[in-house]
Amino acid sequence: MDNFLKPKNVGKIANPDGYAQIGNMVCGDQLDFFLKVEKGKVKDVKFLSFGCASNIATASVLTEKVKGMTIEEAKKYPWKKVVEDLGGLPTQKIHCSIMAVEGLQKAIKNYEEHDVKPKVKTKPKTKLKVKVKAKPVVKKKTVNKKKTAK
Amino acid sequence: MKVYLDNAATTRLDPRVLARMKPYFSDKYENASSIHLPGQERYLELIKAKESIAKLVGGEARGVVFTSSATEANNMIIRGVAEANRTEKKNKIIISEIEHPCVREAANVLKREGFEVVYLKPDSEGIINSEELEKNIDSRTILVSVMMVNNEIGTINDIKSLAAIAHKHGAYFHTDAVQAVPYLRIDVEKMGIDFLSLSAHKFNGPKGLGIAYLNRKIKISPLIVGGGQEEGLRSGTYNTPGIIGAAFALELAYKERASYLKRVKGLRDYFWQRLKTEISDLKVNGSLKKRVEANLNVMFYSIEGEAILIDLSRQGISVSTGSACSATDLRSSYVLRAIGLDKNYLNSNIRFSLGRYNTKKEIDYTIACLKKTVKRLRSFSPVSAKMKL
Repeated sequence: MDNFLKPKNVGKIANPDGYAQIGNMVCGDQLDFFLKVEKGKVKDVKFLSFGCASNIATASVLTEKVKGMTIEEAKKYPWKKVVEDLGGLPTQKIHCSIMAVEGLQKAIKNYEEHDVKPKVKTKPKTKLKVKVKAKPVVKKKTVNKKKTAK
Repeated sequence: MKVYLDNAATTRLDPRVLARMKPYFSDKYENASSIHLPGQERYLELIKAKESIAKLVGGEARGVVFTSSATEANNMIIRGVAEANRTEKKNKIIISEIEHPCVREAANVLKREGFEVVYLKPDSEGIINSEELEKNIDSRTILVSVMMVNNEIGTINDIKSLAAIAHKHGAYFHTDAVQAVPYLRIDVEKMGIDFLSLSAHKFNGPKGLGIAYLNRKIKISPLIVGGGQEEGLRSGTYNTPGIIGAAFALELAYKERASYLKRVKGLRDYFWQRLKTEISDLKVNGSLKKRVEANLNVMFYSIEGEAILIDLSRQGISVSTGSACSATDLRSSYVLRAIGLDKNYLNSNIRFSLGRYNTKKEIDYTIACLKKTVKRLRSFSPVSAKMKL
């Protein structure tokens, strides 16, 4: 209840490092997540909500828990634990906790993706390599085409 | 402060009705079907109750059958009339898109049994028009069922016109009048109603008592069989306390109708006037004119219905919502969808239904709480509060 009446971490972050929107008004459930990352850890996280009490409460509890965690840890925070942290949720509200976790993961992914471009120099090389290796699998055909065109 | 604004869901039992019912639990408890003297006395009291109800709905005592609920009455009428009057040439049922779930589900049962079921669409105001019925009715139609007043948005249908069209095409007409008492005067004879459903707990009567009014000239298969009560139409021991309570509650509802309507309309209109002046970006769902005096269904842009409901509940105020989040099947209100409500508004609605015991002080308190709630929820909504009109 407290997490609904006095939710933690509500609001926006100007110039977030990661941002994601999950759900929408038509569904009746929407969460916008804003991330601030420093040295691979969640420095700050905020959210905005269009949704029921469970939607607000799950996001409040989740954001509170992941503050200070590394990105990897935050990514893995399970929805079942969010339900536990809240002291349980009615069956038809479980999807709220899943949505909160997925929203956070989407924001983290957004941070990881756009972080590869301009800020590449500050990132460990291994990460870059992984990204480059992944590409050829997808773009096999286009690479060939380019060769023949030339 | 505790404020109850969910009278469309159920109402408080009037203390006068409770007093009338009490003796039937402790002293006059005999079975009204028993042959001994006290049993027969109970039976006579039951007949008196039927006569009283019949008079209030413009029908005859023989047409009044007691059930456990309006849900049961609707099941009995829709399934019973369809099944008893089905022929090779007649196997079609027409209901509206905005009927109560019990009517929809009864129609679904018929669908599974091979009947054709057609749904009449409401206009954007929430009204079922005659043209819509004319378009869909034909000689294959056995029964048309359209509610007198909608439970979610309180809009009123022109039953007399719809019934006339049904009869013109050789079909029977049923109306679920649960939400109509005492807002509309019901006269089954003058309105051309063959079948009517009522629910006592919606007009300050006891829960567990429904009334099915039947045109006894029309064939109907009983839903509940057994000891043969209600001339075989609905078996089961008569719920004498419930029956006495329901009859008295209906009597009071119509006796005090004029003063009640004036008062509740004043409160409802005052409520709406303050709401639209003091809170921005909201609108009423359904016609405000062709609507019962106690209902207000409001869309609060950019915030979610269930969140508003729980926030209000925490401040002592009880209301209802049609948001997807609050439904067990996670779908938003089919009534609001049927009237064509913008999809961005579908999950932001609250139904306020006033009743006999609400006061101006309660409305003032509700406005104050709503302003706080709306401000709080809008402060962290990802959607800008400006409604695009």
